[in-house]
Amino acid sequence: MHKFLIRSFVSSLVLLFTLTVAAVAKDVKAAFVYIGPTGDHGWTYQHDVGRKAVEAAGFKTTYVEGVPESADAERVLRQLANSGHDVIFTTSFGYMNPTNKVAKEFPNVKFEHATGYKREHSNVSTYAARFYEGRTILGTIAGTMTKSNVIGYVASFPIPEVIRGINSFTLAAQKVNPNIKTKIVWAFTWYDPGKEAEAAKALIDQGADVIAQHTDSTAIVQMAEKAGVYAFGQASDMDKFAPKAVLTSVENNWGPYYVDRVKAVANGTWSQKDTWHGIGDGMVVISDLDSQMPADLRSKVKKLQADLASGKVHSFTGPIYDQKGNLMVAEGKTADDGMLAGMMTYVKGVEGDIPK
Amino acid sequence: MIKIVKRDQPSKAIFFFTPVLAIFLTLVAGGLIFFILGFKPFEALKFFFIIPIADTYGFSELLLKATPLCLIAIGLSFCFKSNNWNIGAEGQLTFGAIVSGGVALLFYEQEGFYILPIVILAGAIGGMLYASIPAILKTYFNTNEILVSLMLVYVSKLILDYLVVGPWSNPEGFNFPETRQFSDSAKLPLLFEGLRIHAGIFLALAAVVISWFVFYKTYLGFQMKVSGFSLKTAKYAGYKGKKMIILVFLISGACAGLAGVGEITGPIGQLHREISPDYGFTAIIVAFLGRLHPVGIIFASLVVAITYLGAETAQIFMQIPKYTGQVFQGMILFFLLASDYLLFFKIKFIGSKQ
Repeated sequence: MHKFLIRSFVSSLVLLFTLTVAAVAKDVKAAFVYIGPTGDHGWTYQHDVGRKAVEAAGFKTTYVEGVPESADAERVLRQLANSGHDVIFTTSFGYMNPTNKVAKEFPNVKFEHATGYKREHSNVSTYAARFYEGRTILGTIAGTMTKSNVIGYVASFPIPEVIRGINSFTLAAQKVNPNIKTKIVWAFTWYDPGKEAEAAKALIDQGADVIAQHTDSTAIVQMAEKAGVYAFGQASDMDKFAPKAVLTSVENNWGPYYVDRVKAVANGTWSQKDTWHGIGDGMVVISDLDSQMPADLRSKVKKLQADLASGKVHSFTGPIYDQKGNLMVAEGKTADDGMLAGMMTYVKGVEGDIPK
Repeated sequence: MIKIVKRDQPSKAIFFFTPVLAIFLTLVAGGLIFFILGFKPFEALKFFFIIPIADTYGFSELLLKATPLCLIAIGLSFCFKSNNWNIGAEGQLTFGAIVSGGVALLFYEQEGFYILPIVILAGAIGGMLYASIPAILKTYFNTNEILVSLMLVYVSKLILDYLVVGPWSNPEGFNFPETRQFSDSAKLPLLFEGLRIHAGIFLALAAVVISWFVFYKTYLGFQMKVSGFSLKTAKYAGYKGKKMIILVFLISGACAGLAGVGEITGPIGQLHREISPDYGFTAIIVAFLGRLHPVGIIFASLVVAITYLGAETAQIFMQIPKYTGQVFQGMILFFLLASDYLLFFKIKFIGSKQ
């Protein structure tokens, strides 16, 4: 009896202690894993802007930059999970398998993987942005501003995300200018200023007078500036790198989502989900429109932006035909998310074949 | 006054002392860099070189990281000892991984004890095939093996890109550039539950022992040594130079290929575009830091491996930019080359007697 009393007293003390610790440990710490350097002025830079928003909201953050998608990613993730981080954002597709693997070992840590599709454990969420909505805006501008009717497009990898962007861009450009052609150069890289500049040069040499990009460096807009053609910034506002060439940029705005998710962890309301936000939710932002664009184009773009945000306009509204003339989306219909997620065919008006 | 005098013979003691000196100078210079960046130098060095390996898990990660570096550097030492400048181990690693990964994919969703040996062998053969290109071009067409082997690195990475983007990409993977995950029978067994360290470490240790035996106990080792000192002497002694060139390249390629196998059938478990953070190039530093000696290479691979781990820890806990890890690797090589000056020259302090 005596022993029992002592035991229950000790165990209640332990319980009390744990409860107090739990109450104190409300300080949620978030970690971010980046594929590139924070100074790339593209993909990683924008994620880091999002991280700073989390800091500004009063949470502690840690980041590791330049983490290769090799065997190293798993070690970095495990170390972050082991060192008191409550939520870990892994911001590149190649971290998908390591993220799910480490998530299994740390059920109390939340994992948020950008651009992936695997959520093997209940503590893994995925998120991505509907960048194709931004590309509808860019296509509208490109179709109006081109004089040669040849638009260049530097693409990274033939995955649905990139094909969707090319299609959305081309459809919007055709709408304002049925004669345009989109020429694609595949750079097979997300970030390689040398290769990107070369790709842009090749497109300009083929007569393109507006260049769009789905790679992350500022090399393309700088090449466009030199050649005297128009271009669009990618991921961040790249106007300062090429003030004459850049007409506008599509910015990746992760801050609101990150703050939201970290707060959910702090409140204990975090749950697994797959997020795909666009202009309406503020994840995709259009930078200031350049004054070289005619006033009526600028007001048209503003209206389009508002309509995309409200859902009145959808980037993929039928009739849409593929390169061979087969109907992809019927008149009056819009492409559903399933179709968008697996999009692997070009629409009519895009030149060339998807590399296989 | 200080006077620099040429040595009659390179000093043996200095030969093994300079790597230690290089590491020491790197630490001093590294501390200085941390200080200039506004970090406490000793604390930063602690997070860089001690904290990452302070527990079992950290130490196992160190061994995991050192395994490919050691394996490749052992292979390279065969080439470097005999005056063959194979700079393309990264390419041989990549090609070995491609061949072994291809075989592993052939056995997708199959089980069997025979699968892993075939996968490993395929990787070694892949590395050998790829290394034979610069070797044959050198022996029969007199090309420069530095250029050929280096250029082939980029070719191998493009082949890998093509395969994982195109024909070998995971059919259920939405066209993302990666293959399917290998079946368990095609993966190297883990040594301990919960740690990533795998049986590949035995391949590295075997390479260490074999290379020691070949270097110091066989006629081939002697031939390599003589060719390393003077090609003309080797010719005069009647050694079959061409055969040896091809042989050392094949050994080197096999080791690099096996390192590739260790990565893809170990911690990665599939093929994708980034299977190696340039192990093949970093191993060149390891080979020289280890003085092309098998035991030296073990220590050197551990030292260089820790610069990778330390960079991550330093960023997580002290917000020191992760790229300082590469600065450390560069500094080690720089100081090693600089202190090699002492091998051939003596510094004499001349007192006030004059």
